[in-house]
Amino acid sequence: MTTPYNVATIKTHVPDNDTDSKTILGFWIYIMTDCVLFASLFATYAVLHKNTFDGPSAQQLFSLKYVLTETIVLLTSSFTCGLAILSLRQNHKNKVLFWFSITFILGIVFLALELTDFRHLALQGDSWRRSGFLSSFFALVGTHGLHITVGLIWMLVMLVRVWMVGLSKGNIRRLTLLSIFWHFLDIIWIFIFTIVYLFGALGI
Amino acid sequence: MSKTNQAIVSKHDPEHGTLRSYVTGFVTSIVLTVSAYLLVVNRGNATTGLIVKIIVALALIQFIVQLFFFLHLGKETKPRWKLFVFFFMILVVLILVFGSLWIMNNLNYRMTPSQQFNYMNDQGGGF
Repeated sequence: MTTPYNVATIKTHVPDNDTDSKTILGFWIYIMTDCVLFASLFATYAVLHKNTFDGPSAQQLFSLKYVLTETIVLLTSSFTCGLAILSLRQNHKNKVLFWFSITFILGIVFLALELTDFRHLALQGDSWRRSGFLSSFFALVGTHGLHITVGLIWMLVMLVRVWMVGLSKGNIRRLTLLSIFWHFLDIIWIFIFTIVYLFGALGI
Repeated sequence: MSKTNQAIVSKHDPEHGTLRSYVTGFVTSIVLTVSAYLLVVNRGNATTGLIVKIIVALALIQFIVQLFFFLHLGKETKPRWKLFVFFFMILVVLILVFGSLWIMNNLNYRMTPSQQFNYMNDQGGGF
């Protein structure tokens, strides 16, 4: 039986690179388990979304135009995060700082839009205490917002680190992990947009 | 310093994207999002069932587009551990979501309306 890959190439790997790819794989496995967490919240929402307890339904509550704005802001931030990683590959410190700053600002805008929406809902008495539907809605979208908040704090720390230390090997690894995390949050949002908001607008 | 760094990066990460791949991913995602939105807003005479099928398809296409162009899944070299873990995640997610829906719908189906009312009263909640 022949081995599928050349054993010699593996043995000549620089040890540091090996740890790096292991770190990335480990972080990837964490991301996948986070997907399972979101899946359980989606399942909860799917089971409870009709239980409005005489309160408002998704169709009555959400403005699709507002959510579309949020979606496009988050999608653009995912794109600028990709551009930041391209600059990282070319080793342009200032471009990395510039694109991550843009990503950070777009993330803040997204979070502000989401929190404004939450505040508006809570003030008109449609908070998570209103019905099973709203509890599962706030649990799902709130968990996503919490991830965004953590990502933004991480990004701020990395901006300061890159600004002070530059593109060291450790920082390159951390920025790569951060970009995986940020793209993952945008992917989760596709499903929130479709299942919560578009299905909600259709009244199903 | 900078040159060695770059060499290390390109060596240990063969799965990075290009400007072209990021732009393709971004434009496709925008088009898919906006078309799903427009379909729901201007539904015309289409039935809800048809629109649901289309927007679910659009979401799944966008999911694959972003996995491929933003996360570069499937571009890694053998052995493809990331892809393997990804498919295991999909399996768990499908069991979790469809299993929950199946069980809960089955429980609802087995409860007659009067049973539901009695059950809620017994629980001290309900009306």
